[in-house]
Amino acid sequence: MVKKGLVVKAKELKTDVALVKNLELSIGKIIDDTWDEPMGPTPFPSMTDLRDWDFKLLQRYKPFYLPYCDVCCLCTFGKCDLSGDKRGACGLNMAAQQSRIVLLACCIGAATHIAHGRHLIDHLIEKYGRRIPLDSGGLNIDVEAPVTRLVVGVKPETLQDLEEVLDWCEEQVTSCLSSAHTGQEGNNIDFESKAFHVGMADQVGMEVADLAQISVLNLPKADPEAPLVELGFGVADVKKPTILVIGHNVPSSVGIIDYLTKKKMLGKVEVVGICCTAHDLTRYEPSAKIVGPISWQLKYIRSGLADLIVVDEQCIRADTLEEAQKVKTPVIASSPKNCLGLKNRTNDLAKELVDDLVEAKVPGVLILDPDKAGEVAVEAAIAVAPKRKRFNIIPDLEAIKAAGEACGGCNECIRACPNNQPIPEAMKAAALGDLDPLATILGECVGCARCDSACPKDFSLHSFMIKAGEEKLWEEKFMMRSGRGSISDVEIRNVGGPIVLGEIPGVIAIVGCSNYPEGGEAVAEIAEEFAKRRFIVVLSGCAAMSVATVKDEEGKSLYEKYPGGFEAGGILNVGSCVSNSHIAGAAIKIASIFAKRNLRANYEEIADYIHNRVGAVGLAWGAYSQKAAAIASGFWRLGVPVVVGPHGSKYRRMLLGRADKKEDWYVYDARTGDRVYVGPAPEHLFTTAESKEEAIVMLMKLCMRPNDTTKGRSMKLTHYIDSHKRYFGVMPDDVHLFIRNKMDIPITMKPEILKILEEKGWKETRIPDPTLLKRMIRKRG
Amino acid sequence: MSAKPEPWQTAEIAGPKKALVITKPEIAAAMIKRAKRSILVVGYLSTKTDKDTGKMIDYAIRLNKAAGIPIVATAHTIQEFVKKGFEQATQMNAMDIGNRLKDPTWKGLDGKGPYDVALFMGLPYYMEFVILSGLKHFSTNLKTISLDRYYNPHATWSFPNLKVEDWNQSFETMISKLGGN
Repeated sequence: MVKKGLVVKAKELKTDVALVKNLELSIGKIIDDTWDEPMGPTPFPSMTDLRDWDFKLLQRYKPFYLPYCDVCCLCTFGKCDLSGDKRGACGLNMAAQQSRIVLLACCIGAATHIAHGRHLIDHLIEKYGRRIPLDSGGLNIDVEAPVTRLVVGVKPETLQDLEEVLDWCEEQVTSCLSSAHTGQEGNNIDFESKAFHVGMADQVGMEVADLAQISVLNLPKADPEAPLVELGFGVADVKKPTILVIGHNVPSSVGIIDYLTKKKMLGKVEVVGICCTAHDLTRYEPSAKIVGPISWQLKYIRSGLADLIVVDEQCIRADTLEEAQKVKTPVIASSPKNCLGLKNRTNDLAKELVDDLVEAKVPGVLILDPDKAGEVAVEAAIAVAPKRKRFNIIPDLEAIKAAGEACGGCNECIRACPNNQPIPEAMKAAALGDLDPLATILGECVGCARCDSACPKDFSLHSFMIKAGEEKLWEEKFMMRSGRGSISDVEIRNVGGPIVLGEIPGVIAIVGCSNYPEGGEAVAEIAEEFAKRRFIVVLSGCAAMSVATVKDEEGKSLYEKYPGGFEAGGILNVGSCVSNSHIAGAAIKIASIFAKRNLRANYEEIADYIHNRVGAVGLAWGAYSQKAAAIASGFWRLGVPVVVGPHGSKYRRMLLGRADKKEDWYVYDARTGDRVYVGPAPEHLFTTAESKEEAIVMLMKLCMRPNDTTKGRSMKLTHYIDSHKRYFGVMPDDVHLFIRNKMDIPITMKPEILKILEEKGWKETRIPDPTLLKRMIRKRG
Repeated sequence: MSAKPEPWQTAEIAGPKKALVITKPEIAAAMIKRAKRSILVVGYLSTKTDKDTGKMIDYAIRLNKAAGIPIVATAHTIQEFVKKGFEQATQMNAMDIGNRLKDPTWKGLDGKGPYDVALFMGLPYYMEFVILSGLKHFSTNLKTISLDRYYNPHATWSFPNLKVEDWNQSFETMISKLGGN
């Protein structure tokens, strides 16, 4: 264990030879290393320490760049036209520019999580002290902080141990970001390697943040039975004053709950949340409620349901203050990263702040003390509620009909809509008094309101949709299992073997935001498809919320139907964005607990293990953010494939394997040193699925790994072929690439597949002990 | 709807290199005729029924029959082809086909060599936009043609933004000029 520093002070020190006054001795850092695991090759790795590993992956999964436009406009040499084989004034070509943009996105995402972690830890240390022990699962977890152990080689035990880990994370982001400066890195593959590096740092930063809040705020600790919490537009009791919290960083929400508890008012004020702060809010206090994912912001604010809004950081609409003013809702900004132009009133008396908000002297205030923000939010909401009387700006039917009649059908709204929704046609119907088309559009709306901005007549089209769909909105009441945090060691022991041998067909991590192409129900459909097939389905963030929004005929959500454990057929919500680290952590722990591999600063070996053995795949169906890019990047470096929904194509680069290039799919057999063909498993490291049907089939295929036993491969092939036939209507044409010997063939499909093998000229290959690392070959001489 | 060459999604501004507009469907037919080896990539939106027309996938099948263009069906589009009794389409992920079309050494679906013209229809607009951009910048000797209803500026050639009836008529003319029915 590394401790940050030691300071010894003595006012007066008498010795035989001297009298010393005001002695202060400071030691930068002492090592108290009680962790007996030997240090691996890459402690606190620099930007280039894992470059060779990255290059191995990138040799197999080559970038396919998808530029938004032909130019670079990042410096004053430009704009530079990079089309074709042109180079910019700095000498950069288009491939390097695109990889640079990927790196920039990953740096922004990683910086956001890491700064989030830094804010949390500073706050928690200030409030509770440095020596609070870390505890993410009590006796059920021995391998705490698996990502941190693996990446930097530190085993953190108290809050203060996390500070040095964050120091390293911050240094990596700064270094990687600096390489994107004009005249620095010039090679696209090196940019990609740096994107991987900062993605790895992002995973550490996320783990640090969640470990700290789980430990100190006593959030669920690896609990498969974490409480079921209410979710939906209609869950709040509108008779009570309502506080809406939006964002990702929970201290100000904790301040609200703590104040309500202290004043014995818990339950008398509704506290509801949007986005990941809602996850963490309900992890802290399960009686709090979740409205929905990020795309619910405008719906809720414009409907006037919030008497007061508290924003912290990340994924908050930039026009929150303006929208809140329209419905007379005061706003408290609580993060230095998102001040909304408000005056910093942190040092003012709480009563003065409450009075100013209640009397609408100011539209909002910036309060950087979470406890004060909590107090002011509660007192102001209670006083504002009777004045506001749920004032809203949702138009009535007559106003919508009149707008429909006045609409000129210019198409600016549909051309602004990310999902090309037929708004002009819906307006024509509205003119005739039919609001159903507008209500249908709301079901697939991502809540961006670009249609409003584009309308030359300034119609509030998004509000029209909200009115049209309000009946269904009010019925939105679902149950979601609160974020459970990490995966316990016991769970890993139970499933590690079956996963590595392929007998549990895969771990599907459905994560990310709600930028869906056709509504959020698809996420629930995908999750259930895999749970029914006895995969392990792990969820986080907005995707975890969307999964809750589909009920069966008995009115149950998937969280009520399927177990919350890390087990075959489980559907488990790990929590907020920063909880994504537990998904990587589970894969890492399989290598540590099941395979007994050393974790400590041993990244390359463990990534090689995961890539070749652990059938885990990520799906970010509605990914929109730079944070999602960084999260994906962390998984890429671990060798875990990630699939995005169609909007994810706008990340501007895929990492694609070529199944038709046999030479790309050889590994070493660690037992013999032979090079062995293993087929395209997994075929891609990052790609886009165009439809939910394609996502399902692709995820099944991407779960295959070279290490699968014949029994495991047979099972995985059964799911792949069965889903391919079901959703594509045909037998896959690449099935021969995944059959190593005839034992791999699913018994029920044997005659059909044997015929294919014959047609394809298939030859048997052996199942190696697979590795991409020559140094892992055990045979010597 | 205007026939001006403006990107359908307002913010999807491309350039300086932008698609030439197919002002007459005869031009597209001539390009297909001139191509040594062409390929048609068909996305799942082609299986959705437009209220004023049949499914666009029917035009894809007719194009195949008229000009012998091989078809790659992305996502689950293949199922609709099979339902219609058309079994010659190859299923492939949209990014995967884009990545292969970029590669001048790819031997094609039939192993006979690279394609010189790739036609696209039925992908989500923004997804087709970026794939066409990838091909514009990184392919060699490949021309791309967007047959969708909306101007897609990263193609080499694209239809302008069209009314449904004009779009349908464009396909009818194109197929007729290629000798199909």
